Amino acid sequence: MSGTKSASGAAGAPLPLAEIVTTGTPDPARWELRLYVAGKTPKSTAALDNLQRLCETHLPGQYSIEVVDLLVHPHLAKGDEIVAIPTLIRKLPEPIRRVIGDLSNVERTLVGLQVRRPGP
Amino acid sequence: MATSETHHNTSSTGLPKAPTGIGGLDEITAGGLPRGRPTLVCGSAGCGKTLLAMEFLVRGATEFGEPGVFVAFEETADELTQNVRSLGFDLDDLVKRKQLVLDHVRVERSEIEETGDYDLEALFIRLGLAIDSVGAKRVAIDTLEVLFGGLSNQSILRAELRRLFQWLKDRGVTAVITGERGDGTLTRHGLEEYVSDCVIVLDHRVSEQLSTRRIRILKYRGTTHGTNEYPFLIDEAGISVLPITSVGLQHTASTERISTGVARLDEMLGGRGAYRGSTLLISGTAGTGKTSLAAHFVDAACRRGERCLYVSFEESPSQLDRNMRSIGLQLGSWVDKDLLRFQSTRPSATGLEMHLATLHKLVKEFAPRVVVVDPITAFLNAGDDHGAEALLTRLIDFLKTEGITAVFTSLTRGGEALESSQATVSSLIDTWLLVRDLETTGQRIRGLYVLKSRGMAHSNQVREFVLTERGVDLRDVADTPRPRVARKAKGSRR
Repeated sequence: MSGTKSASGAAGAPLPLAEIVTTGTPDPARWELRLYVAGKTPKSTAALDNLQRLCETHLPGQYSIEVVDLLVHPHLAKGDEIVAIPTLIRKLPEPIRRVIGDLSNVERTLVGLQVRRPGP
Repeated sequence: MATSETHHNTSSTGLPKAPTGIGGLDEITAGGLPRGRPTLVCGSAGCGKTLLAMEFLVRGATEFGEPGVFVAFEETADELTQNVRSLGFDLDDLVKRKQLVLDHVRVERSEIEETGDYDLEALFIRLGLAIDSVGAKRVAIDTLEVLFGGLSNQSILRAELRRLFQWLKDRGVTAVITGERGDGTLTRHGLEEYVSDCVIVLDHRVSEQLSTRRIRILKYRGTTHGTNEYPFLIDEAGISVLPITSVGLQHTASTERISTGVARLDEMLGGRGAYRGSTLLISGTAGTGKTSLAAHFVDAACRRGERCLYVSFEESPSQLDRNMRSIGLQLGSWVDKDLLRFQSTRPSATGLEMHLATLHKLVKEFAPRVVVVDPITAFLNAGDDHGAEALLTRLIDFLKTEGITAVFTSLTRGGEALESSQATVSSLIDTWLLVRDLETTGQRIRGLYVLKSRGMAHSNQVREFVLTERGVDLRDVADTPRPRVARKAKGSRR
């Protein structure tokens, strides 16, 4: 975790990770998400905003978000096989899922994260 | 940094080039790939794209002091390492010595959901990190088009690819990008649109069940290059391209004469034997002693201390050695002295181009002064007529340029007119010897005569051709006392 930057809160000020993780006890239904960005671009900012909004709505109290800036930690791109920016990785629950893009489409993001099964 | 770069900038046009170190490729590209620019290498599956890209990096690191980065979209680093180990490339060692970075980029469509805008900045970051980690001067990307399978937003992809190629140029790396050949297009996703400096096409064709690999420089901006298709080989030493250009008729003709190994035959050839660097053809029906004549030629050359390459399409080296022993020629001893090398293959074993390629490589390696191909007809049967003729022309041109004397034997089928059978070959041959059965009064003898021999006053006599324990003997037909011939003929039948 030391190699990562904490997510910024809704107000835009950097927040420590603990403030986002609202549950203190290990939860089987806990969602561990990691968002890869490269600098503070409009796309990254949009992706993080969209993600936080989505989590608050659909996974309240069950999630943690970790933001990795590849401009600061370029070597981390290889481990999670990151090609595109922004990339959202669902680390937990397993298996790993990835969603690329600014997450502007809530439905597709939910499908990508498998929070919701794709509709008929 | 600058010194090592300028050192390799060898080009007549002034365009800086990065030598590939791949045998022959630097010749047809007049010095290598455009330095600091991307080159597209495209071809169908299994044509050797990955290998070419890899060899470019390996040679760069080992021969030109230019470390490289290999970005693999299809194979993992382990797979790559194993695949090229058989070619003598030790990637583990290069990686350990910080001369090479292998980066496998995995893009799995089924794991990815796309929503909204994105870019491939992470790929750039990874590539940049890899380049910086070893100070890479060369980059290979194999196969970029996997991205098209993994990501669905074509417009983003295309914009990013354009940015990638510009980025590679800005970084000043010499890059090789591979692309899968599409249906009617060079690459399936039109990568050629982005790479405008140099495009190389590889091809792997199968004709009459024999496959041949070919390479062609489709485009090379700002430089002259060979435009032909050149055959290339992949063997234990990597890729070798055979730049058998149509050297045409530029070779210098030697006035030096060399013995054919048969004194009477030298006499028939203007009294002094064949010209060095000329092309001899010995044709005749089966069992007329063509191989024996060629063996004499080889023996004589080895006696002069010259190296000979004997390409046999019919007999194994040990069989040849045994048979020639029976006429008093100890070819095996020349092999031991490294003056003679046998190359025995079946004509049908590989395609025509491959035969030529192998021969070309052997000649370069062994540097013989005399090359025997026995029989050349087997060669010709390995492909269609047109291909065979073109091949033979190229072979002869190549040998002539190298100043190598060539001895070909040719099997004439029974019933065919001896002279007509090799009509296509005839014009390429300088000295043509014919061995044929002659019927004289109640006798059948082997007769040898010189059908043609350029640049010398050759004999028009027919000589009786006799194989003895001491080798080939040529006798005057008219002078031969009848009883001796009869005795000889009977003796040889027994």
